[in-house]
Amino acid sequence: MADAHTSAPGLLDPLRRFFDGDVWASFKRSPVTVGAAAVTLAYFMMAAFGPWIAPHDPFDLAKLDLLDSLIPPAWMADGDPRFLLGTDDQGRDMLSAIIYGSRVSLLIGFASVLLSMVIGIGLGLLSGFVGGAIDAFIMRMAEIQLSFPAILVALLINGVVIGYFKTHPEWQVDQVTLAYVVLVLSIGLSNWVQYARTVRGSTLVERGKEYVQAAHVIGIHPAKIMLRHILPNVMGPVLVIATIQLALAVIAEATLSFLGVGVPPTEPSLGTLIRIGNDYLFSGEWWVTIFPGAALAILVLAVNLLGDWLRDALNPKLR
Amino acid sequence: MATPLLQVCNLVVEFPTRRGTLTAVDDISFDIAEGEVLGVVGESGAGKSMTGAAVIGLLEPPGRIASGEILLEGRRIDNLPYEKMRRIRGREIGAIFQDPLTSLNPLYSIGRQLTETIMTHTDMTPTQARARAVELLAEVGIPAPERRVDQYPHQFSGGMRQRVVIALALCVNPRLIIADEPTTALDVSIQAQIIALLKRLCREHGTAVMLVTHDMGVIAETADRVAVMYAGRIAEIGPVREVIKNAKHPYTHGLMGSIPAIGHDADRLEQIPGSMPRLTDIPRGCAFNPRCLHAFDRCRQDRPELIAVEDGQVSCWLYDTSAGRTTAEAKAIVASRSGTAMERADG
Amino acid sequence: MAEAAKIHDPAASGTVLKVAGLKRYFDVSAPWLNRVLERQPRQILKAVDGIDLEIARGETFGLVGESGCGKSTVARLIVGLHGPTAGSIELEGRNIAGLSRKQMGPVRRRLQMIFQDPYASLNPRWRVRDIVAEPIRAFGLAADKAAVDRRVGELLEQVRLNPRDGEKFPHEFSGGQRQRISIARALASNPEFLVCDEPTSALDVSVQAQILNLMRDLQRDLGLTYLFISHNLAVVYHISNRVGVMYLGKMVEQAPAKTLFTTPRHPYTRLLLDTIPDLDMTGRERTPVGGEVPNPITPPPGCSFHPRCPFATERCRAEMPQPLAMPGGATVACHGVEEGRVPDGPVLAAPAAPKGVTSVHAPE
Repeated sequence: MADAHTSAPGLLDPLRRFFDGDVWASFKRSPVTVGAAAVTLAYFMMAAFGPWIAPHDPFDLAKLDLLDSLIPPAWMADGDPRFLLGTDDQGRDMLSAIIYGSRVSLLIGFASVLLSMVIGIGLGLLSGFVGGAIDAFIMRMAEIQLSFPAILVALLINGVVIGYFKTHPEWQVDQVTLAYVVLVLSIGLSNWVQYARTVRGSTLVERGKEYVQAAHVIGIHPAKIMLRHILPNVMGPVLVIATIQLALAVIAEATLSFLGVGVPPTEPSLGTLIRIGNDYLFSGEWWVTIFPGAALAILVLAVNLLGDWLRDALNPKLR
Repeated sequence: MATPLLQVCNLVVEFPTRRGTLTAVDDISFDIAEGEVLGVVGESGAGKSMTGAAVIGLLEPPGRIASGEILLEGRRIDNLPYEKMRRIRGREIGAIFQDPLTSLNPLYSIGRQLTETIMTHTDMTPTQARARAVELLAEVGIPAPERRVDQYPHQFSGGMRQRVVIALALCVNPRLIIADEPTTALDVSIQAQIIALLKRLCREHGTAVMLVTHDMGVIAETADRVAVMYAGRIAEIGPVREVIKNAKHPYTHGLMGSIPAIGHDADRLEQIPGSMPRLTDIPRGCAFNPRCLHAFDRCRQDRPELIAVEDGQVSCWLYDTSAGRTTAEAKAIVASRSGTAMERADG
Repeated sequence: MAEAAKIHDPAASGTVLKVAGLKRYFDVSAPWLNRVLERQPRQILKAVDGIDLEIARGETFGLVGESGCGKSTVARLIVGLHGPTAGSIELEGRNIAGLSRKQMGPVRRRLQMIFQDPYASLNPRWRVRDIVAEPIRAFGLAADKAAVDRRVGELLEQVRLNPRDGEKFPHEFSGGQRQRISIARALASNPEFLVCDEPTSALDVSVQAQILNLMRDLQRDLGLTYLFISHNLAVVYHISNRVGVMYLGKMVEQAPAKTLFTTPRHPYTRLLLDTIPDLDMTGRERTPVGGEVPNPITPPPGCSFHPRCPFATERCRAEMPQPLAMPGGATVACHGVEEGRVPDGPVLAAPAAPKGVTSVHAPE
């Protein structure tokens, strides 16, 4: 009987499959999602090509001129066409500062999400697959951590790491790198629980399925079963969580920077900019805080909408 | 003869999808007389559950009845608005589904679910309804019904739950019951009990049953007539004894041959080469023709209509008397097997 | 097919698998704190409570029973997915019960399993060729990638699929085809013994016929021995040489297939056979025995079938029956049969209830 399976699979197959699939179709159907994706993409582009797009380099202290400080946006009276959105108290161009600041925020956001994912997926897999005392221990740790607000946990870790570096002055790390590492560590370590719980639940489900039992019957080592059989099947919900967590990570970094324990003020992120501008809000120089604030809010909103859509699109029950 | 209780005429059920419209039920017609048990049998994908869902008005959107009519006692019910259909459902048409676990609401007691249904469709008072509920539980064979009426579904075993579901379906004496795989989820010994119960009750109340299942054995024990479905169409319909012992359609014949039976010692079972086509790939002409050992040109071109043969109907060109073949000859052809072919790749 | 199964040690006896006194108990008690606070006793589920069986080379042993009887647990005990609580499992004379994962390694090559659910038994994220190749790689049975690919192609052909199907994913196949892929995977290590846990229960009747025929052919071509588990008596009749009937963890009757189905002795076997639908349309009136399978955590004392048995006596309520050898190679565990109270005589041929069987009990 002639078989229909005669075409050899090509490299374009996964792409073809994706664009044929329900996920892409639902994406095209929803204008809000397309808009959110476009905005997110714009931010990524901005972050990637920042140094080439920005009219000035706000991190170059030599170029800053205090005489340029607190100039209003270009369309207002006293505005300066060189500084489209005005300048802050250091004379930094707001537009450039926002572009560079978004880079910082996104970089830290991504890195911390990656860290949370690795920890969370690892612990969740272990918990669900091995069960017993290990499971109980990991889940109790998770619950304890959840009872503290993430920001407090981040502050705690922040303090500990900085204190550690202070007592070991021989570890010469420059301030900026140190700040980044500390931020990524603190945000990453305080957000792994979501992943762990979801992955644990999915692992428990997959563990009982017959293909896992078949692997046991073949005699495959349990660690290999965990990583090669179960892991690919529990990654679905993780993607959705990661998208939403990215937004939260960006806000967390902004909060920490706002509180003064984030990135150094010489290389401000969006959060730092908001903090700086806060002092000037009521004396009339609103642009220093409003523009970075709006930039942050739009980024977070876009990422959240994207995550919402992804969750619904990947939910097999809604298809 | 009186009007049949249920008449299904040229029913077409479609599912619009992004890639085109899938036809799950492709122009089928059949009747159910008062008090009759009609079995609708077929393998997965044949469209039998869709037919049941269409009759009772519970097609899941985007599935819809694209054309055809469903008449209950001569009145059309397929085009009724939701409210009117809701009243018919339960009162005149009852339903029994496969999984007794999900057919009952786990949060309410059995008694409450029964009395609620009774009071919705009749004007009994709560006390009367409760008495009726206890009566019904006794009728379906639940011991100590006065005590068990206040218990919750999880306190009943699978077989007991299915009995409760039967009680629920019968509580307001519907004229017709749609039973969709009522015994598939139960153990074999419980299956026998439930089938016996269903038969007895329906005979006593004069209820007609549309019994949808893939299990030929259940049909053999319960049905008066049976319709065999294949790829959304009816292949054969007739008295159950005829269809099972003297199957006319090549598919039915092959199906009966592939069922292992005690006492039949065969080294190999008959197997029909290939598998049922997907809804997106229904062949031209007769849907069964690629797998049929007796197919000829006309089969590949024209879809066969239901031809009346003896006590039933068959949708197969072999029985088209205008082609010069007698019924006996056709039956002989179908019954002659050219040996079971060992197929290399089934579709 | 050049890669026919190597029959290990032709000098060995004809018995491939011997199980003796196999038990598996599960502790399903509530957590310790709950038990203490609510004063609940420990609850032990005796899933398998002492069974013996022997399977000869090239034979198919059918294990039949309803849900809760423990047949699936027996399957899992034999392939080592659970360790037994007691008893021995001898594969060609060597006890494999309770071996560590390392020790089980070489044994596993000879002993594989096919599962019930064709949708859950293949990893949805792996390609078919990787699924079938996994045992080949795990046991180091092929020298290089080309050899692996060749072998995978051979195996797919053996189960009557196209070798090019290896590139696809499981969801592109129907239930019957997936079951073939499972069979190909099980055959990849050239096993001698296959445990088949309800392999056709989830399939349509016509697909079932194809798979059963395939399994028959493979058994003949490769010299396989099967333990075939099912709740479908007709299928078991068709494919088995010997049949064992289980009820609540115990083996109530064991006999050659023909004997069991023509002269069933144990009352539960008779009940089961009576539930087989009458496809010959003889108009046989069934008298279904009432009651349901009791909760396996709290089985009735004595013979666990006594609440539903038409022949139960005081002895049955108190004492558990031991398996007794019967003529014709059968073994039955029943006081009534031992004492000659249960009349002989075939059940299936008679159109009405056989003499001596009392009328149907009211459901419990």
